[in-house]
Amino acid sequence: MSAPAKQPHPRERRLIFKNIDRPDWTQDIDCYLADGGYEELKKALTMQPGDITNEVKASGLRGRGGAGFPCGVKWGFIRPDEKRPVYLICNADESEPGTFKDRYIIHQDPHQLIEGMIIACYAVGAHLSYLYIRGEFPEGARILEKALAEARAKGFLGKNILGSGYDLEIHVHRGAGAYICGEETGLIESLEGKRAYPRIKPPYFPAAIGLYQSPTIVNNVETLCNVKHIVRMGGAEFARIGRPNNTGTRILCVSGDVQKPGYYELEVGAVTMGELIHDICGGLKPGRKLKAVIPGGSSAKVLRADETYTMRGKDADGNPTEKKIGIEEIVMDFDSLAAVGSMAGSGGVIVMDDTRDMVWVLNNINNFYAHESCGQCTPCREGSLWMKKITDRIVDGGGTVEDADTLRSVADNIAGKTICAFGEACSWPTQSFVEKFRDEFQARAQRPVPPPTPPEYLREILTTTARP
Amino acid sequence: MSTETEIQMLNVQIDGKWHRFPKGTRVIEACKQVGHFIPHYCYHPKLSSPGNCRMCLVEMGMPRMTPERKPILGADGKPEISWIPRPQISCAQDIAEGMGIRTDSPMVKECRNGVMEFLLINHPLDCPICDQAGECRLQEFSVEYGNGRSRFLDEKVKKPKRVELGPRVTLDDERCILCTRCIRFMREVAKDDVLGIVDRGSHSTLTCHPDRILDNNYSLNTVDICPVGALTNTDFRFKMRVWFLKETKTIDVNCGTGSNIVIGSREGKIYRITPRQNDDVNECWLPDSHRLNFKYIDREDRLREPYIRTASAESPASTAGLSGHQATTWDQALAHAVRDLQAAEGLAIIASGRMTNEELYLTRRLAAKLGAAELEILPRQGEPDGLLIAADRNPNTTGAQILKVTGETPGARLPIIASGIESGKINTLLLLGESALACGISEAALAGLRSVIVMDMLPNASTPFSHVVLPSSAFAEKRGSMVNLKSRIQRLNVAVPAPGLARDDWEILRDLLVALGDGEGLTTLEEVFRAMAADCPAFAGLTLSRIGDLGVQLDHA
Repeated sequence: MSAPAKQPHPRERRLIFKNIDRPDWTQDIDCYLADGGYEELKKALTMQPGDITNEVKASGLRGRGGAGFPCGVKWGFIRPDEKRPVYLICNADESEPGTFKDRYIIHQDPHQLIEGMIIACYAVGAHLSYLYIRGEFPEGARILEKALAEARAKGFLGKNILGSGYDLEIHVHRGAGAYICGEETGLIESLEGKRAYPRIKPPYFPAAIGLYQSPTIVNNVETLCNVKHIVRMGGAEFARIGRPNNTGTRILCVSGDVQKPGYYELEVGAVTMGELIHDICGGLKPGRKLKAVIPGGSSAKVLRADETYTMRGKDADGNPTEKKIGIEEIVMDFDSLAAVGSMAGSGGVIVMDDTRDMVWVLNNINNFYAHESCGQCTPCREGSLWMKKITDRIVDGGGTVEDADTLRSVADNIAGKTICAFGEACSWPTQSFVEKFRDEFQARAQRPVPPPTPPEYLREILTTTARP
Repeated sequence: MSTETEIQMLNVQIDGKWHRFPKGTRVIEACKQVGHFIPHYCYHPKLSSPGNCRMCLVEMGMPRMTPERKPILGADGKPEISWIPRPQISCAQDIAEGMGIRTDSPMVKECRNGVMEFLLINHPLDCPICDQAGECRLQEFSVEYGNGRSRFLDEKVKKPKRVELGPRVTLDDERCILCTRCIRFMREVAKDDVLGIVDRGSHSTLTCHPDRILDNNYSLNTVDICPVGALTNTDFRFKMRVWFLKETKTIDVNCGTGSNIVIGSREGKIYRITPRQNDDVNECWLPDSHRLNFKYIDREDRLREPYIRTASAESPASTAGLSGHQATTWDQALAHAVRDLQAAEGLAIIASGRMTNEELYLTRRLAAKLGAAELEILPRQGEPDGLLIAADRNPNTTGAQILKVTGETPGARLPIIASGIESGKINTLLLLGESALACGISEAALAGLRSVIVMDMLPNASTPFSHVVLPSSAFAEKRGSMVNLKSRIQRLNVAVPAPGLARDDWEILRDLLVALGDGEGLTTLEEVFRAMAADCPAFAGLTLSRIGDLGVQLDHA
């Protein structure tokens, strides 16, 4: 007896998650084919690869892994006359705390991903592709292996796919359990059999010098699934979903203090934060008040519930407009979340009510990033652990009056100075928590700083005091 | 007309001033060339650039462009620069036309200050007992870019200490800043990928691969390039504070490569030898076997005084192995030597490929003056290592060939000398730094000679057969020049004094020449060199000082 399937919320638009939790649905290729599966692949193989890229460009699809980079633009970096082998990698290293969308696609609808991957590979001219899945998804890896074997048996993979003359092989590669393997150049290093130390950019932009020094496209699972739908609808039609520059749907993974946490696929920008929390997720627990929201995975900057946000835009005549809004009025799309100083990120929305201790929350996040810093470059390696040690100490009752300032400046010394975006990922939480909840940090950190060097020996004093 | 491709020169603005550099110059190197040193830890010009230490962050910008991709020029006619908001590493990027670099802006200072603080929070700060103190980049850059005090209130990360990575290198992981220079050196230069990092984040730890040790013959180069006190030379560890060391620029004499070195000594004792950069010879590297081969200089049995053989067998031996000899004065010893040399009926001279050009030149002059029947050096061969160790283990075979002390095939005349001694055609042997027994001459033959005159720094198996012993100097105790296998003439310099009454080899040879009436105008080594250069076209136009610290390539065929 299977549990009763979860019904999509009426406001959802299930595109990528169409088959998730369907009572009549299985992972088998037969089920997928019976539902019209691999029809888009057949269509794609009749198209010119460059035309598919153009459709993806026209669709306005932005990457769903976290950075939101336009997918078609990324593909366009591959030169049509490229002489080196081109690789496409599916990044299934979903590890951002608060994010749990890709695992459902992999577990319940693996063929949608594989079909999207094959089309994407065809578009960029890749004949060898890797599906890099995090080590903590053993079941997902098994499902994908089985699905790939099924696709191969049906002629969707291998030599001369569906008689088109196009060859492609996809391999599953399992990570060994490190968040940094989701950083695309770290992933590439890991795939090459090395420690997942992210590469310096320049010169190692994957599209220029990626896997095995060859041009490489790295796309998130959800992004690749979208490709199939873009081929079906056409880029222009797809672009009508959502809002301009924020097209398509997004799977929001809501966790924390709401009545009905879970995944919700919504047109980008179709709901506000308030609608998401109250209408879709069933509101807060009884008697609780909203305190804060992290809108895009744990590395996104926290938004304080009682803060007023300024949205700048343009009216019909092109004149600049300014609107003051509360947290619940923030539209859940890429640009609006960026405008209020955070990001849509990976779609992981973490809701916190008034019972939450923000110092504890930051400490929890700091623990994660200190544990996951790869240790390659100095600011992140030393700074992420330092921030954790400070919040550890505050939580344990040893906070000093300088800790809030120290935390802030340590985070500032990391962000923007590291090899990869982990530097930002680990410092944005600290920067935003300390900035927005300084009162809580100050209340918890009241001990005096241990005696420093006697002031008369400090440089400032020595250099400003006349010698005897 | 030049057939060489013209190297393109690019305009780069550094701290507000425009300069020109050849295309392909690294940003960090370009800045250094015009006096704007950029601090760095992980970057090493001979290794790949991982960009991990983040100490070399600078502000960088490119020319602002019109829609037609033409640079927009400012009032000064130079491109206007659009600055990248984030700091950029300068160690991994080449300069580009119109690039702007700021090495001294508030943002850059803030970056360096931040990185310095990060590097020190988990560092043990044990400078008082650290071998690197005095030549430590953490110390240097702390002075210039660090804070005077620590904000760090928490416990430092604990890591392994006193790790013996191999027979010659000891690691303190707590001092390691994870710059990976050592890892890259072993992988890229020594081609022995034996070092790596385990664990993650601030717990990252440098270690050897499981079941491997760092026993490569180039392992000590990792100590040289370690910017901090993590990798230490086990031989040198805790022996001497580096700021007390006198540094003498000289060359290695263990093989024909002639690697450039620095001898670190204090009060007449050598503590360590490190490589000295010379891109035409050894780049920045030196084999362990070469740099550690200096202990013999301090051996107990160094020849410290001149000796002559006494007729009476019961004469006490004043130094080890020299029974039947008696210490004497230089005047006495030289007089004995000259008397025996002049009385020789058939003289052979066995010189050494370890002698300097000046010594070899005086030897040849001595041979001519005495009408020596034979003159040869002892060849010394070993396995080459494909890097810096040459098959020819003599440092100056080329010099000996140029000066005609030996021929095309070094050692070819040794059998002739041996048979000459056997047959009685040679009755006197002058041994300069070599053992006759290693030259195919038997003990019996040696014992039968009328006179054996030895000039050497250490006794060897043939020393007991000598009639006169003239104590001389080790390579670190003398000046002179040598020519390496690639025909590069380089200089030796005096790091430590010779022990006792031992003298510089060239002076001994000169004194013999003086006694024989051919020592005119050879008061100083410079004069010897001048005479040699006048006599030998390969050295024409050179003087000892013109050779300089990095040597001169000879163009002799």
